[in-house]
Amino acid sequence: MIPVCRLDDLPAGESVRVDTAPPIAVFNADGDLYAVDDTCTHQDASLSEGWLEGCLVECPLHAASFDLRTGQPTCLPARRPLGTHRVTVDDGVIHVHVAAKEDTAA
Amino acid sequence: MRTVTVVGASLSGLYAARELRAQGFDGRLVIVGDEPHRPYDRPPLSKDFLTGRCGEDRLALSDAEESAELDAEWLLGSRARGLDLRDRTVLLNNGRTVSSDGVVIATGASARRLPGPELAGVHTLRTLDDARALRAELTTGPRRVVVIGGGFVGSETASSCAGLGHDVTIVEAAPLPLVPQLGPEMAALCAALHRRGGVDLVTGTGVAALRGTLTVTGVELSDGRLLPADVVIVGIGATPNTGWLAGSTLALHDGVLCDDGCVTALPQVVAVGDVARVGGTRAEHWTSATEQPRIAVRNLLVGHTVETCRPLPYFWSDQYGARIQFAGRRLDTDTVRIAEGTVTDGAPGEDGFLALYEREGRTTAVLSVDRPRPFMRARRELARYADAMEAAAP
Repeated sequence: MIPVCRLDDLPAGESVRVDTAPPIAVFNADGDLYAVDDTCTHQDASLSEGWLEGCLVECPLHAASFDLRTGQPTCLPARRPLGTHRVTVDDGVIHVHVAAKEDTAA
Repeated sequence: MRTVTVVGASLSGLYAARELRAQGFDGRLVIVGDEPHRPYDRPPLSKDFLTGRCGEDRLALSDAEESAELDAEWLLGSRARGLDLRDRTVLLNNGRTVSSDGVVIATGASARRLPGPELAGVHTLRTLDDARALRAELTTGPRRVVVIGGGFVGSETASSCAGLGHDVTIVEAAPLPLVPQLGPEMAALCAALHRRGGVDLVTGTGVAALRGTLTVTGVELSDGRLLPADVVIVGIGATPNTGWLAGSTLALHDGVLCDDGCVTALPQVVAVGDVARVGGTRAEHWTSATEQPRIAVRNLLVGHTVETCRPLPYFWSDQYGARIQFAGRRLDTDTVRIAEGTVTDGAPGEDGFLALYEREGRTTAVLSVDRPRPFMRARRELARYADAMEAAAP
């Protein structure tokens, strides 16, 4: 469980990048918090810098779009999903629970 | 339509094939590609692929699942050598012919080469095979690299070579690279990135000749200087691949001439990507190659132009750890100002900058170095304004 920032510091429509390896992006989509892998699955770009609309984020480099609820791409050029991570708020602080990478399982 | 042939199996060809299926074409779909490879993405070739950060598996634009869905006949390693417009037959260099009801021309462009005999050590960077050959040569120890041309391909390649520890010089014929794209003030700032990356930039002189008998040994400049070189990379632009259409009646002039909807004089023939001159403009942009196919295919299936495309030009470049992004249509008479960030010693500051090009109080284009978020906002505003103007046009 990784502390990210105070909930007050991430107003609706904003995002923050967590420097884990690989990095994670946390979004406040109109009051709902989502955490996904920060790096676009198409090419090297940070989704925390992307355009947030509803619970979709558009990559700032090639406009691939992802659904933050599932990590699934909603349009090209991305074809692979992002990993998603659970978010909790404890005592006003946002925490990310990093999900184990599926493809590392035997 | 029963058979549609897409000539060209790169980015815009694949997007056209996808659009054909997505828009309900369920006939025979033939995709012709002169390279032996399945569609791959070219932008990483000069960057992460060259430095070894990404492998070939990351370049693939499609996968087995999608290929099955497309249900296309792939004729890879076949070069189209002619198009008979009477019955829209595509002639291939292996003697095969493909009769088609509709044709999508997506043959792209080829790297321009220097005249003269071929020498070992001289490379272009356009295709996967080009990149493989260059990458192999760059992994055999430190080399003296001369990059001819300071455009995006040249700059990115120089950046990658410098990152691999080679000694790199760029030769640019113009007084400054990228002036037509960025204007002189911003071109000067971006040129300063070369200095940051430890690359020499020689400007205002052309190349007189390459030195060497079998293998290149140096580059002779038109001002008389000689740059010793083990590896020479020629990045002096690309020419549209229209040679195979020379015998047809299609109008060709620096590309296949199309209307604003990517349709040629023949409604059953459309063109997309680097080879297409759409409404008077040929944009060698990745984004154009991905946006034109939807409209071209729609018009092809309807049989005439019902939709036009005039996407806001957008391009990006990664060099020396900086990300340059540009969107819009600037004129040389536009003014430009730094709206965010700083300039230090004539170079982008550590945290980058956002520059706005303006005309009569209105933003016409935006340039950013390492400021993706405000850039995206500005780009969207430009696109929205352009759409509104288009809608208001008589």
